[in-house]
Amino acid sequence: MTAMTVELQPGFADKVLSAQSTFRMVMEAMARPGHVMPVDDGGGRPPSMMAGVAAIALTLLDQDTPLWLDAAFARAPDVGTWLKFHTGAPVVTRPDLAGFALVAASETLPDLTSFALGTPEYPDRSTTLILQVPSLSTGPTFHLRGPGIDGVTSLAATIEPRDLFARLSINEALFPRGIDVILADDQSLVAIPRTTRLSPAGA
Amino acid sequence: MNAPTYNFAYLDEQTKRMIRRAILKAIAIPGYQVPFASREMPMPYGWGTGGVQVTAAILGPHDVLKVIDQGSDDTTNAISIRKFFAKTAGVETTTSTEEASVIQTRHRIPEAPLREGQVLVFQVPIPEPLRFLEPRETETRRMHALAEYGLMHVKLYEDIARFGHIATSYAYPVKVNARYVMDPSPTPKFDNPKMDNCPALQLFGAGREKRIYAIPPYTSVVSLDFEDHPFTRYKFDAPCALCGAEDSYLDEIVTDDKGSRMFVCSDTDYCEGRQAAGHRGVENAAPHKEGAHG
Amino acid sequence: MYVAVKGGERAIENAHRLLAHERRGDRSVPELSLAQISEQLGLAVDRVMSEGSLYDRELAALAIKQARGDLIEAIFLVRAFRATLPRFGATEPVDTGEMRVQRRVSSTFKDIPGGQVLGPTFDYTHRLLDPALAEAGDPEAPALASTSDAPMPRVTDILGQDGLIERSPDADPDVPVGDLTRDPLSYPAGRDLRLQNLARGDEGFLLALGYSTQRGYGRNHPFAGEIRFGEVEVEFFAEEIGFAVPLGSLALTECQMVNQFKGSASEPPCFTRGYGLAFGQSERKTMSMALVDRALRARELGEDLIAPAQDEEFVMSHSDNVQATGFVEHLKLPHYVDFQSELGLLRKLRQEFADANAVPVLKEAAE
Repeated sequence: MTAMTVELQPGFADKVLSAQSTFRMVMEAMARPGHVMPVDDGGGRPPSMMAGVAAIALTLLDQDTPLWLDAAFARAPDVGTWLKFHTGAPVVTRPDLAGFALVAASETLPDLTSFALGTPEYPDRSTTLILQVPSLSTGPTFHLRGPGIDGVTSLAATIEPRDLFARLSINEALFPRGIDVILADDQSLVAIPRTTRLSPAGA
Repeated sequence: MNAPTYNFAYLDEQTKRMIRRAILKAIAIPGYQVPFASREMPMPYGWGTGGVQVTAAILGPHDVLKVIDQGSDDTTNAISIRKFFAKTAGVETTTSTEEASVIQTRHRIPEAPLREGQVLVFQVPIPEPLRFLEPRETETRRMHALAEYGLMHVKLYEDIARFGHIATSYAYPVKVNARYVMDPSPTPKFDNPKMDNCPALQLFGAGREKRIYAIPPYTSVVSLDFEDHPFTRYKFDAPCALCGAEDSYLDEIVTDDKGSRMFVCSDTDYCEGRQAAGHRGVENAAPHKEGAHG
Repeated sequence: MYVAVKGGERAIENAHRLLAHERRGDRSVPELSLAQISEQLGLAVDRVMSEGSLYDRELAALAIKQARGDLIEAIFLVRAFRATLPRFGATEPVDTGEMRVQRRVSSTFKDIPGGQVLGPTFDYTHRLLDPALAEAGDPEAPALASTSDAPMPRVTDILGQDGLIERSPDADPDVPVGDLTRDPLSYPAGRDLRLQNLARGDEGFLLALGYSTQRGYGRNHPFAGEIRFGEVEVEFFAEEIGFAVPLGSLALTECQMVNQFKGSASEPPCFTRGYGLAFGQSERKTMSMALVDRALRARELGEDLIAPAQDEEFVMSHSDNVQATGFVEHLKLPHYVDFQSELGLLRKLRQEFADANAVPVLKEAAE
């Protein structure tokens, strides 16, 4: 492969079964916020995209899901083509029209209220934010409470932007509207639905 | 002629993705009914098409599936749905609550406690708990948006005024995570307490009404009641005639035309498990009265 | 000793075997072929295609045979098959103005360009059972005229030239036509989704609702502007080659009702429309549909909402016979768990009533 030609990376080797197993990981993650779920590196993906993000995209996106890409993903030459070929998701430029948003770099994450937050009648019509993060196994510890958690659980992770969890506190006042977040690195994913309340350990 | 060919677990991948996205939103907003583009299934509406679509969207080759109707694995509709998935997804099936990873149910929650990692899929005929008070979707949706549930309390209180009790014995409304009033499907209210703080994930599918909703694990589920008329769990006076269980929901079996009847566990797996462990009930027990205890 | 009922699987298999036997009936009677159903029970096939939402005569005939002539069951079979078919896209809108007409009548004008064409119709047949049909025999060959190339403009287009009837809305490229089989429905629904719902709706339900508007439950003063039945071309715009390619032709019935006028301070009064369209020859269905379509426009046209046929949620939630039959018939599934719950509660209430009133309640025989 030369610098001039970008070869299209493959997607899941077994579309049906990989999508099923990835979905179960995402579902379990959403049902148990803060719980780190493993992701299989199911097949090819653009070099700038971590395995967790790629697997979620292949599992949940299609022509019915308007997709917003942050500037870092939008700039990457192969990401748009790969997503278009494997999912067919229409890319939108307005975050408030997005069913899903893929975010590669913290500095290009806009204000969370610029995404779709749902309406009081249809709170489900909200963006699911999929954020690529440095590590879901080491880093500062956070406490999580809410549905899906037996009392309190903790998550040690390195997350950019560092104030993401503070920014997610908007969910408390917005509920039942709100934004649901899936964090992914190269091996795993963690979900933070809008019902989860977060605080730094020791606070 | 177009000879039909079908995908793993029957549904096409696009439909599965659509249902999967709805399931994720349902989990993120506990008790809220997510609209989804329910498909026509090869079994009639009202016979579990919502539960079947949810199960088909989550099921994988490593799952072990249990299907019950009225608590039993051997009712015809349970058999029919179990066979459908054994055929279209090739999954292992079981009658054991303990061994199952996915349990599809109609009208009951198993007696054996559920555990983390299990998924209980309910078949739901009318997902809207306010539907019997207000037939219009536009109205009930507004009530949920404003958390305006006064109408439901008025209805329950009118029952008390007329009968001295809340006259709802199944599909008894609950409040989930202190926000949404939710229909638990037509399970007897005996099963309501099992939904509260349950370690398993509970998913609800209503095919004809095109709604999916969920209760995540460890989520507060409170049966609606009043301080002076607290929720009581229906309880039988006598134990199961087959296994002697005193803590299970019982079916009434009419044994002759002279008024003789006996009571046996509705959850057949639970009953058989207890019998296998040596528990015995008074078979052909004398008829007895049942009543309610707090 | 009591033993819980078992053997459901065997029972189901045997029931289905018996069903297949009953479907076949007396084996000394020749078996129906799909061609016989398609050719000789053509209107049943048309209805199954319309309400089954799938234009395939052979599959509809198969469904009718498999369903033993139960058309709602046949519609269900077709729908369940349709739900599994992949989507390649949407065709270009068909042009019913270009229809190769076999039948065309208007009740609003005595004569119209292209003329009134009675075509194959039960109208004006005397409903006398025909014993001759009990025996096999070929009917007289039809009287045929040479095909006319004369244009046959739609009556509503003729009225439209003078501005006497409201314009049909133009397609808006920014607002794609909805599909209630692919997206969950929410209210209020657009006319596109209402018409789709009515096209799939049960003929009997629409007939009763349409009839109710005539009897004053949401009266909208209809005239059958035109009913036409014939074949239209279907074209598909292929992006790769950049133009529309013909896919074949469809038999359609279209009914355009001309209704009570509307008008305002800024607009002169004009007639309004109600629209009905169905696969095959389905006049009762399309006429009923057009009446109900017009009734459902009451809000848009500023009319009082007083009747069932004008109530969008009521009509759209109950028109689908596959949904309706499933839910009505599900009552035969076991409900003994919830019934037991009710029974227990009722016994308790009766006991309390007896205690409070000191009247002996009729004791149950066993007690």
